[in-house]
Amino acid sequence: MRKSRWMILSTAAVAVAFAALPAAAQAQAKLKVGFMLPYTGTFAALGTAIENGFRLYVTEQGGKLGGREIEYVKVDDESEPSKAADNVNKLIKRDNVDVVVGTVHSGVAMAMAKVAKETGTLLIVPNAGAQAVTGAMCSPNIFRSSFSNWQPGYAMGVVAAEKGYKKVVTITWKYAAGDESVGGFKEAFEKGGGQVVKELSLPFPNVEFQALLTEIAAAKPDAVYTFFAGGGAVKFVKDYAAAGLNKTIPLIGAGFLTDGTLEAQGDSAQGLLTTMHYGDGLTVPKDKTFRVAYVAAYKMQPDVYAVQGYDAAQLLGIGLTAVKGDFTKSKELYAAMGAAKIDSPRGAFTLGKNHDPVQDIYLRRVEGKENKVIGVAVKSLADPGRGCTM
Amino acid sequence: MDLPTFLVQCLNALQYGLLLFLVASGLTLIFGIMGVINLAHGSFYMIGAYLAFSLAPVFGGNFAATLAAGLVLAVIFGYLLEWLFVSYLYERDHLQQVLMTYGLILVFEELRSILVDNDVHGVPVPAWLSGSVQLGDLMQYPVYRLAISAVCLAVAAGLYFVIARTRLGMMVRAGSSNREMVQSLGINIKFLYRVVFAAGVALAVLAGMIAAPVSSVYPGMGAQVLIVCFVVVVIGGIGSVRGAFLAALLVGIVDTFGKVLFPQAAGVAIYLLMAAILLWKPEGLFRQG
Repeated sequence: MRKSRWMILSTAAVAVAFAALPAAAQAQAKLKVGFMLPYTGTFAALGTAIENGFRLYVTEQGGKLGGREIEYVKVDDESEPSKAADNVNKLIKRDNVDVVVGTVHSGVAMAMAKVAKETGTLLIVPNAGAQAVTGAMCSPNIFRSSFSNWQPGYAMGVVAAEKGYKKVVTITWKYAAGDESVGGFKEAFEKGGGQVVKELSLPFPNVEFQALLTEIAAAKPDAVYTFFAGGGAVKFVKDYAAAGLNKTIPLIGAGFLTDGTLEAQGDSAQGLLTTMHYGDGLTVPKDKTFRVAYVAAYKMQPDVYAVQGYDAAQLLGIGLTAVKGDFTKSKELYAAMGAAKIDSPRGAFTLGKNHDPVQDIYLRRVEGKENKVIGVAVKSLADPGRGCTM
Repeated sequence: MDLPTFLVQCLNALQYGLLLFLVASGLTLIFGIMGVINLAHGSFYMIGAYLAFSLAPVFGGNFAATLAAGLVLAVIFGYLLEWLFVSYLYERDHLQQVLMTYGLILVFEELRSILVDNDVHGVPVPAWLSGSVQLGDLMQYPVYRLAISAVCLAVAAGLYFVIARTRLGMMVRAGSSNREMVQSLGINIKFLYRVVFAAGVALAVLAGMIAAPVSSVYPGMGAQVLIVCFVVVVIGGIGSVRGAFLAALLVGIVDTFGKVLFPQAAGVAIYLLMAAILLWKPEGLFRQG
């Protein structure tokens, strides 16, 4: 009893002493990074990949960014938008993190962006592609190291128009990511002279596609553009092939259609064309070293999510180096991050005015178990950042 | 919509409805006869799909053997589950049943994550069913989907026969309307319930196994099915297998044509159907007992 009281007193004394120290000395304290990622549920593997990528970069820098040691705090967001505000507040208010990194699910990311905007905490989004995060919600302290849903869609629209397709049917889940992806496709495709004749959708995450496949067969378009991911993507590609449609109507889509799903899709996915900011067989030197390092560290192949986590750490590192680890100089920090040129495994990229990556979107073809990059669909594509007044 | 398209859509609706029936029949048996709200029913569907995935290599891709082994495991599993957990729920109120079976969902999901992983997997369609039928010049229809419908129809007929025409069925029906009376007539009601529960689990597992090649297997796949199945059970009348059959077909039709004709409202179509039927018949189409 006596001992514990003494310990409390001494801890308090140390705390007071630290608080009294000047700011310069405080800069030497550890920098707290809060991961708010899905560690359970459908997206668990994605959350882990992002964290792995982030940690890999920090480890490569000797555990320090901008001269400051990094300490991690983790919260499982369960991909549950209704708990998002609580979870992010836990990180910011209880754990006092300096930076929040998250997340995969767009709905959760939107709630996080809202809190980040209100509290002014630095937020780096390593996946969620909701346009609003860097659109209407954009803010000097919100950055994204991944993509916007609009980007792969727009790039595929350009490709489809170049291929000479005239009539295209689109199909997706009726939710923000699907709408934004199809929106991007339609914008580029119709600009290129094509026409989206039918926009099919079904409620998320319904996977009973048969009725809509029949509609596609009846409409006889030149091609079908689709946005699906995960289990839905596997089932859609297999159903599409089983209905014999892949022989007559080419299926094209945003890269998520064939990412992490090829093993399950098997033969039905062969030859599919998709667009994405990453792929297999890139000739970027950084990609080779990254893949070797990742495999050595985690005994598994990296994916696009690991790359996005890695780049989130790079982005933070560039900012912290510019201010020599002094987190109080937020204006300079954000300016340095906004102007960063990131040496990403996907190829170097910069950030747009709305803090979204301005990046090459690759055209990829499924060959075996790989999404082989066969060219660049659109170079340096920037999200329009609609609604962003920054 | 021209006539060929309409006919293909009817086939889609029928085929989806039949599969729904296969899952929902087990749910309605357990719910109606034993009075247990079993939220874990979707998990049994998921377990079935994962069984098809993990047993396939064991039997070298022999689908029939995989199915048989899976069914045996399902019956044993259902029997044990009833003995260990569910048998304590009969006298309890619905809240406790919901809590217990919800807990089971979490346990099963976690076990799945530990035993298999969180990735999406595909199950190959058995070679002898992998062809497809050309439907007019419109599209092809996979033979396997037609085979699923045939299995569902056979199960429906079998269930009807067992419940309406056999001694076991008679005991089950009697047990659902008056537990004490059946017991006092010297029938081992505990054993009867255990059998019914095991059969219910086996039906859901069977549905999961035969659906696996077309739906692939992925985390959380049971949750979606569970919700639709509750809709089917409620529309059909709790405990009525005949009701579940009709309701499943109705839901199949409404869902299919809802998606095509009113895509904006597709998400609510089946719930509107449920609400309309409950207004008309508050106890569902066929209320048992």
